Order: sequence, then C-alpha cells, then structure tokens
Amino acid sequence: MVGIPSRHKSLFLLGGVVLLQVLLLAVQIKRDSQGRLIRVWTVGAVSPFERAGAHGISHIRDTWNHYFALQNTSRENEELKRENGALKLQITQLQSKANEADRLAALLKFRQTNVDVPMVSARVIGGSADSASLTIYLDRGERDGIRRNMGVITPDGVVGKVIESYKDTAQVLLLTDKASGVGAMLVSSRVQKPVGGTGEALLSLKYISNEEDVNPGEHLVTSGTDRIFPPDLPVGTIADVKPGNTFKQIRVRPAANLERLEEVFVLLTMKPLEMKKDSAEPNSAPPPAGAPSSASTNPASPEKP
Amino acid sequence: MNDTYDIRGSELHIEVHKFRAGAIILATAFALVLQAFLPIYFPKAAILDLPLLIVIYFGLSRRNPSTGLLLGMVIGILQDSLSGPTVPLGLYGIAKTLIGYLASSIGARLDTEHPAARFALTIAFFAVHQGIIALTSRLLLSQPEPWFTMHLGIAALVNAVVAVFLFMILDRLRKPS
Repeated sequence: MVGIPSRHKSLFLLGGVVLLQVLLLAVQIKRDSQGRLIRVWTVGAVSPFERAGAHGISHIRDTWNHYFALQNTSRENEELKRENGALKLQITQLQSKANEADRLAALLKFRQTNVDVPMVSARVIGGSADSASLTIYLDRGERDGIRRNMGVITPDGVVGKVIESYKDTAQVLLLTDKASGVGAMLVSSRVQKPVGGTGEALLSLKYISNEEDVNPGEHLVTSGTDRIFPPDLPVGTIADVKPGNTFKQIRVRPAANLERLEEVFVLLTMKPLEMKKDSAEPNSAPPPAGAPSSASTNPASPEKP
Repeated sequence: MNDTYDIRGSELHIEVHKFRAGAIILATAFALVLQAFLPIYFPKAAILDLPLLIVIYFGLSRRNPSTGLLLGMVIGILQDSLSGPTVPLGLYGIAKTLIGYLASSIGARLDTEHPAARFALTIAFFAVHQGIIALTSRLLLSQPEPWFTMHLGIAALVNAVVAVFLFMILDRLRKPS
C-alpha cells in the first residue's frame, strides 16, 4: 500500500473531514424540486456511469448479435427466402383468385341484368392450334344448346361467334380473325358499317367514305342487322383514322379484351334480342338528335365469303 | 513528557505549548455556553464568535494541523448543534475545520505570541471564516449570504480586540515551561 508522507497526512485529514461535513450538509439540505441534496448529488454522480454502462452493454450486445452470433443466420436466411418464395406464390394465387372472383362477379351482374336473354356461360379451355386463325375453345357444346353461328360476348363487348359445336365443346372464331366480322354502328352518327378482323389486335371499320366525319375515340356498337348479335352491344372504339383511295382506313380497338378471355357468354338464339342496357355502359348512350340512320352496306352475315 | 518543545524549521525556533488536563475541553465548553448565553442578556454580544476564537487560539498554540482541524470540526459541529434548525450541521463545522487547520499551519511557521500578531491574525481568520460560511451557504444552501458588510467588519475588529485579552487569559492554562 502506498504510504502518505507525514507532512501531507494533515492535508488528507483536512480533506476527509471537510468532505464528511459537506456530505453531512448534503444529507440535511432538501431542495423543493429535487429532494435531498445528497440524493441529487448521488444521482448526478451515478447516472453518467449508468448511462455509459447501458450504452456500452447495448453496443457490446449489438456487436455480438450482428457480428459474432451469426452461426444460425445463414440457415435462417435460407428458411426466410424459402418462406418468402412460398408467400409470393401464395400472394399470386390469392391475387389470381381475387381477379377471378371479380370477373365472375362482373359476369353474374351482367347475367342478372340480362336475365331474360337466353345465354349460357362458358369457360375458355383452349386456343387455336395455329397462328393463322384466331379461335378459342369453350367447355360447353351441343348438350348446352350451343349451335353454329351463335354469338359469343362478355360484359365488355362482342367476342366472336361459334363456328363449330361439339358434344361438350364449342369452337369460337374471335372477332379479330381475318375471316370474322360483325354488323356495327357508330354511336354518335348512327352510321352502320361492318367491322372485320385483320388478324391483328385491332379491327377494321370498313366502307366509310372519305367524306364521312369519323374521329378517334368514337364508340361502335352492334347494329343487330347481322342476325347474330342483338343491337347495342359494345364492339369497340375508333383507334385511328387515315384517308384511303375511296374509303377511309379506320382501325378499331375491340371493347372486349380478346387476348385474355377466361369466361364468356354464348347467346342461345340467333334472333335479334333487345338486351337490357347497363346504366354504367358508356357505349350504350342514346344517339344524338338528328343523327343519320343510314342502313347501307349492312352485312347479312358477318362471316366473309 | 515535556511541557513545551521546539519545532526546528531552518533557523526558526517556535515553541509548541501543552495545556493543563481538560483545559481545551473546559475552554471549549465555556465558550459555547457563553456564546449561547450572553446574547440573551446582552444582545450586542451576538457580535462575538467565541468558539472561533477558541479554535484560533488552540490552533496557533498547539501548532499541529491535524489536532487543529479536528478541534475546529468538533467545535464547529457543536456550534451548529446549538444554532437551531435554520443552521444545518456542518456549516460552521466546515468553516472552523479550515480555520483550525490554517491556524495550526500558520502557528507552526510564525511566532504568534505577540498581541499585535494575534490581533491581525484574528481579523484575517474572522474574514476567512465568514468567506467560507458565505461560500458554503451560496453553494450548498442556495442562500445569499453576504461576503462582507460593515457589520462584519466591526465584528472582526471587536472579536480581534476580545481575542487579544482572551488569549492572554487562556495563556494561563498552559503548563509552565
């Protein structure tokens, strides 16, 4: 033990005695807001060490957890990745089911709106085997009353017509096929002209002379003159208009999403039908007053020769 | 045991005095009693600080810093105890501890037997004592104790005068050399 020089002993004694009395004072003095002075001093002296200790322990624990205690992290990471993949798959499946539910709800609503119209719902079970023709196969056929030349629609608009009906299956020629067509009418001007497929995503509105005023964005509905589709079913929207030699070259974007068909309706009659209009359907707006009602060049059959 | 002995520092020869048995205790008790008793009948006597004078005297005479500070501590604590609830234990204790230490240290280096030296030292110690009390009060008690007033100046002079005569009386308690 280090000895204290004798000449300093009294100094140390003085310090000790004074300190003792200061502590004695601190024990007695009570400050209104903070309690006894000795408590204030003690807390003030101890709290920095406590704070430093807590910070140090926290730092050490973090260091240990983040750098040293990682033996299970790789395995946990793999498990989490697997779990993440499974959850993603589950989310995709749920989204798909939700989309399907939305579609079925729309179909049900459409069916309930047109409850008097004889039609049967069908699920698309396949597409055309070749790229030259645009056809789909339905899971319903003759047993369900489906016959050739029956119209196929969705709540969005015209899809095509049945070209072959088997016992439990039916083949549908899509509106976009080159051999397909439908009698259509411009909503704004009530001009009736045939719309045919081009083999591509867009349709073609035919026989519109260069003098006719047709603008992009105008809506087309079925005219009902082809004896396949009832009138006022949405066909599409004018996408672009170009002048031609005699007739304008007009391309139409189909109202129904023909590239993603999953459920459709087959109209079980070839007679013209008066379908109930959906109030939210923009294409079924009444024609403007004084609009011409030209009925020229209405195809008797939409199918091309 | 020798009654007196010399501290030989360099060429200086300073005598360290011994006192009769119980002299320090009796003197301390007498000073404390008188300090508590006198102001009741003579209010102006409150200007005196007899315990301080006792600490100064024995500190200067004994010339041992450890003894001086311990004596100062005891007398100071006793004075605190007698001062009532407004004075916490340790206020005068700290001041008189330091005065006891300083007096003993100075007494070991200077000849403090001359009345003039005793007068001057008493004034100085009184001022230091008051400074320590003011400092302690301000720092620990948060009380605005004045550093110096005219009253304190007069008190220092009065105590110095009393100290000159009191120390002469106390000198008689020393063991004859």
